[in-house]
This record gives sequence, C-alpha cells and structure tokens, in this order.
Amino acid sequence: MASEKVKTFTDADFKDSVKSGVVLVDFWATWCAPCRRLAPTVDQLAEEYSGRVTVAKVDIDENPMTPGSFMVRGIPTLLLFKDGDLKETVVGLANKDDLSKLIDKHL
Amino acid sequence: MSERQVIIIGSGPAGLTAALYAARANLKPLVIEGIDAGGQLMLTTMVENWPGYRDGIMGPDLMAELRAQAERFGAEFIQGDVTAVDLSKPPFNVSLGKTNYLAHTLILATGASAKWLDLGVDKKLSGRGVSTCATCDGFFFKGLPVAVIGGGDTAMEEAIYLSKLATSVTVIHRRDTLRASKVMQDKAMSIPNISFLWDTEVLDIKDVDKGAVSSLVLRNLKTGERSELPIDGVFIGIGHTPNTVLFKGQLAMHDNGYLKTHDGSRTSVSGVFAAGDVQDHVYRQAVTAAGSGCMAAIDAERFLSGTLHDSSAAHLVTNS
Repeated sequence: MASEKVKTFTDADFKDSVKSGVVLVDFWATWCAPCRRLAPTVDQLAEEYSGRVTVAKVDIDENPMTPGSFMVRGIPTLLLFKDGDLKETVVGLANKDDLSKLIDKHL
Repeated sequence: MSERQVIIIGSGPAGLTAALYAARANLKPLVIEGIDAGGQLMLTTMVENWPGYRDGIMGPDLMAELRAQAERFGAEFIQGDVTAVDLSKPPFNVSLGKTNYLAHTLILATGASAKWLDLGVDKKLSGRGVSTCATCDGFFFKGLPVAVIGGGDTAMEEAIYLSKLATSVTVIHRRDTLRASKVMQDKAMSIPNISFLWDTEVLDIKDVDKGAVSSLVLRNLKTGERSELPIDGVFIGIGHTPNTVLFKGQLAMHDNGYLKTHDGSRTSVSGVFAAGDVQDHVYRQAVTAAGSGCMAAIDAERFLSGTLHDSSAAHLVTNS
C-alpha cells in the first residue's frame, strides 16, 4: 500500500523534478527484496514531511539513465537533493529515525 | 507498557518458526521483525535444500509463507529494530526507540549479517560497485567484468548468479580449495565465464576518489606477487558475523561473538532463549535455524509453565 504522497520520477523529468526544494529520491526495482523492505519507511517519510519535502521513486528498470548519471550501482539507494544539488546518499536499508535526521539537516 | 509472554526478536526461519510454535501454544508471541525482515533468505533466489520442495522455492516466497503460517495461529508482528534490551531481571525490557515492551521470555533470533572486508574502502564504495548482495546489485553490471571474494557457498551462489549478467566473474579466494559444498563448486566450475584466482587476498579496492570501483589490488599469498585486476563490481561473500551487539555484556558469547546456548536453546540468562544463526556458527542452514526456532519456542513454553528443568538438577535426581 504505497502512499499517494510518493511521486514517480522518470529519466525524462528527473532533472526538473529535483530543481527546487528538498527532494528525497528512492531508487528501486520490482525484483529487489531490500527495496520492498524500505518502501514502507519511504511512504511514512512522505506522509510526515508532506508539503516540506518531495518524496519520489525511480524504477531503475524503466529509467536506466538517471541511476547511471549519479553512479548508483546498488539498490535501494536514497539520494537527497536540495535545490538541484545532491546533498546526501544512503545506500541499503536505513531506519526512519536516521533518515529523518538526515532530512532535518537540510530543512 | 505492553507485557507479553513471549517476544521474539528477528523474523528469519528461526524467528518465524519460533513464532509458529509459540502461537500454536497459545502464547500470543510478539515478533519484532527488524530492519532486515525475513532474514538472509530474502536476498537469495532459489532455495533448493528446504525439505519438501523438490523443485526448490524462492527465498522471499518461503519467508512470506512462513510468516503467513505463524500469523494464521495468532503471532503478532511489528516492524522496526530493537534498540536496547535489559536482561538483568525478568520481565525483560525490550525497547524500540521510545516504545517499550516487557517480556516474560525472550527468543533471540537476530541472525547474522554479511561480513565486509576490513579495508575501510569497501564500505565507502558500498553501492558504488562494492556489494554483499548479487541478486540486489548484479543488475548494474550487465556486460561488465566483476569479481567475487570468498570460497564458500555464498560466494559460489553470487558467482553463478552474476555469470549470467557480467562478461566475466573472477572468484578470488585466500586458499587453494573452496569451502563451498560439492554441488555448488561443480556448478560454478562448469560455467565458462567464471574463473578462479587461488591463494589471493585483496589489498585494496580502487577508486575511492572517483566514487566507483575500477580495480582490485591483489597479492598472491604464496609468492607475495602483487597484481591489479580491472573490474567494475566486486561482490563480497566471505561469511557472516552474528548480530549480537544488543546483548554484549548481558549474555555469554563465544570468542567469535556468537551466543552461547546450552541444554537446547538456553542462553546464560534464565528465560532468554536463542535460535538460528545468532547462536550457530557451524551449520547455518535455513532448516537448522527453523529447527532451533522450534526448540526455543518449546523451551520458552516449558519455562513459562514451570516445567523446564535445569539439566544438572535432573541429573542429580536420576542419580539419587
């Protein structure tokens, strides 16, 4: 049950989508078991930070260019952008408290 | 504060089997799943040695079945990681951040996690070409050369999986023979694009400055000769380390960090039981983990009903 607050970015719109504000992007794939584990945490973050942080997902199977351009070579990977600049990279599973702290640093 | 007869920490084969048995004994167990819910099998593909599945079963499917089976009998699940336990006196306090639970018995099934190399650079390049999970990250190395470090079943499974994606897979092992089971060895050795570098250790992974893996610096342990192997990805399969940080100073452990158990699943604290890889550095199989989970649930049930007797006391009785 994915949160409706989580957006979906693609190769086509990625650059524009992270251009302003704080944006958290979850790189994932349907076959990635740890990604499925991380998904509820990402959903919760989207709900909690609604209006303050844009939370989005990129399916790497459908969008191979974006992970390539950010040297993403493992999933799940979370990237945090502020006004278009990459600020944080989190590889693998992470708990919600740690992610909240990371987001709060940039708000 | 919620008080429970049985709290199970961990949700791999050991934790879920303990949950199944405890639930069927009407103990309404609470399972704290942990951040790695489902355990190591969630990261595998086909499991071919779980009894009863002649054609094998996918690891994540097996875990979903086990979880549903435990749930059907009343096991309750919560997500999240335990942040602290207090085993000094019963009932035992179990904390998840600010939330606390009290447990009359505890079953510890926290498992083990993949070991990293002790290089420092490997963690820096994690997700940048260094991985401990071929099924997660192999995708990124389609048409590229990769290396697998290790000589056990995990390393062979990774090599076999990656051979379908990567141009070449070089297995790097410190010894000149594999630890892996015969069937896995034969399978790996029969695949043309898997090659082996024996008696070799990894000194360094390049290139941290570029933020991507470009090569491995290697040393032959017999000749001392150094070499560099250009690769795009490196998968580490050198074994596991038990998840026992929470119990340090509270429970007896072996020198390698695994929990000590005696007389079945008992730990050094009465009322605290351990099952699965957290206490098993010998067999480490899904089915042995499940078996020990069953033992822990039965031991916990007997402890709660006052019928779990100390074996040394039983010994005295029979000799009197």
